[in-house]
Amino acid sequence: MITENFRVLEVNLSTGRSAIRNVPGVETVLGGSGLAAKLHMEYSRPGLAWDDPSQPLVFAIGPLTGFFPLMSKTVCAFTSPLHGQYAESHAGARSALALRFAGIDALVIIGRSERPTVLHLGANVIEFMEAGYLWGKDALTTGKLLRRILKGSGHRTIMRIGPAGENKSAMACINVDTYRHFGRLGGGGVMGAKNLKAVAVEGNGSCDLPPGKEYSALFADIFRKLTDTDMMRKYHNLGTASNLEALNELKALPWRNLQATSDPGIGGITGERFADDTLLRNAACSGCPVGCIHIGFVREKFHKDNQYLYRQVGYDYEPIFATGSMLGLTHAPEVLTVMDEVEKAGLDVMSGGVALAWATEALEKGVVTQEQTGIDLRFGDAQGYMRAVHMLGGAVNDFWRTLAGGTMAAAARYGGGDFACVLGQEMAGYATGEVFYVAQGLGLRHSHLDTGAYTYDQSKAPKDVDKALTFLLEDERERVILTSMVACLFARKVYDPETLRQCLTVLGGQALADGLDEAAARIQKLRWQARASGGYDPMNVRIPKRFLEVETWKGRTDPQYLEELRLAYAGAIREMCGPEN
Amino acid sequence: MKHLIASRMERCIGCHSCSLACARLVHKCLSWENAGIRILSSGGLSTGFTAKLCLVCDPAPCAAACPTGSLKQRKGGGVTQNKKLCIQCGKCAAACPVDAIAQDRQGNPYVCIHCGSCVEFCPHDCLELREAEG
Repeated sequence: MITENFRVLEVNLSTGRSAIRNVPGVETVLGGSGLAAKLHMEYSRPGLAWDDPSQPLVFAIGPLTGFFPLMSKTVCAFTSPLHGQYAESHAGARSALALRFAGIDALVIIGRSERPTVLHLGANVIEFMEAGYLWGKDALTTGKLLRRILKGSGHRTIMRIGPAGENKSAMACINVDTYRHFGRLGGGGVMGAKNLKAVAVEGNGSCDLPPGKEYSALFADIFRKLTDTDMMRKYHNLGTASNLEALNELKALPWRNLQATSDPGIGGITGERFADDTLLRNAACSGCPVGCIHIGFVREKFHKDNQYLYRQVGYDYEPIFATGSMLGLTHAPEVLTVMDEVEKAGLDVMSGGVALAWATEALEKGVVTQEQTGIDLRFGDAQGYMRAVHMLGGAVNDFWRTLAGGTMAAAARYGGGDFACVLGQEMAGYATGEVFYVAQGLGLRHSHLDTGAYTYDQSKAPKDVDKALTFLLEDERERVILTSMVACLFARKVYDPETLRQCLTVLGGQALADGLDEAAARIQKLRWQARASGGYDPMNVRIPKRFLEVETWKGRTDPQYLEELRLAYAGAIREMCGPEN
Repeated sequence: MKHLIASRMERCIGCHSCSLACARLVHKCLSWENAGIRILSSGGLSTGFTAKLCLVCDPAPCAAACPTGSLKQRKGGGVTQNKKLCIQCGKCAAACPVDAIAQDRQGNPYVCIHCGSCVEFCPHDCLELREAEG
């Protein structure tokens, strides 16, 4: 039910004290992205380093979380180790419903624990568990151990870090319930800086529902749209992995550090190939009947007497791009194996894969030496990458420690910035053209999810800066509403504005429904203001030369269009960063 | 007399739609726990899911343990529930051999009444409401 205030749990790791706060603003910032930005602005200290103990780590859900299908995501906000500014990362699994059933709209963690700790929460529990014995453990082992230690199987979330997070890597993710992640911009590093190995949330409470039959009828109607139509088929069938073949065909799939955009080796890593040869089963985030999580299976002979070990690895388009085509790996089981090692290290797979691709080309070109890397890396050599993943996660020497701070940070030190595939952060898997490069490069989360720019590039839209700019701004605003609810973006066609209004109204949020458009514009601006408060100037973002060399189905990148759009978008962002008129 | 049976749990994707439907439609709340069917990962997500629900015992140990008659033996197996008679003693939950009865924080028990409200919300037909044999 829509409440008057947000219920926010503030946990201070330095003092071991907690507080429940009633925070106003439900009608103005809605929840999710809006609430995360509001709380980050309230708690963060822009003048201090990202790893200062006072900097907050925020987890926020939205007004519709759990009440409707696919309202299943959590927004994590923090000051990023990558750029020292506001960052958002989103994840599902059981995180959102666990927070809902723990009775809080947001969790704000401040301070730093003196010793490694696990924060254990629930509707009637807040406790800190000594976790020295977990420090150094990989993200998967940590999950297994905590599942054994804590009660509440199936009705909890366990958000934890691996060695990359402990090493405060800017590429460290927060692993959520094994197969989902707060992947990008270094949230895992923030947990590491706080000596926080895991946050486990028991969803052991319940919430009231509105009286009457209207709510249940609306729920059933939306549920049927999601399950009885073909709307979501793409996601549970081959999943996002179906994009591999399509993008390769378009010459828009990054290969070998974006030295090519298409390759005949695609046959080994298509969505069909993964499904036919490796797909073990699907899984779902809690509250989502779609089940888009694809779990691949790979076995590995470790002894000549037919002794095998097996790995179960969640795959998607982005992880396959990052550890497959980007690294020149064209054999699905090898890709899954590298992905599994990335999981253990607790790295964001996109950032990690793209960083390794850069390191490989840097070695090839002599920009860095094998003495510096401590390992030879070659495109297509899975064994090398399996080892390198842990060198990156473990920050084992000067080179890997530098690279853990971001590919551009490494390029600034060693050279090779021209071929660093960095658009604000390591690129997502879309070499689709100018609009995407600008969108990720300048976008708030530097994510392919800020807007659907990669789809815009694939449309027949003309090279028109004004039109592209309008698309970027409007699409971001529409998505901000969804990420404030917090919906899975796969459900964006189901949750059109009218449906969202109905959902809010039936839960008693008529005022939120009536003010949805105004809230969208407000939250869009608020997030940019949060970013700007850390010193972000979009005018300073540059698109590396490698992206100008890309050749897609449309031909080579148009440098003039790219530059004009970059300036236009940067100008529009600057405007949004400004104070309210 | 119909029984709810989780006959195809190997298809389960862990979405909890069944539990949420039970809580929403039968118990009028939003919850993972306040439901007659609850889904657990069996040893972590990597090894699949199991359902906790009433296995239609006859005689039912929970009904036998209930001191007030809030839970009564149902003809053909399982129990009927009269919530007004419950004193939140927890004897039923303790008596269930398969941990199919959950208690909320106030001690109220939640047990499957085999109404089948959850069945249509399972996206993979893991559940069926089947006529009792014999």
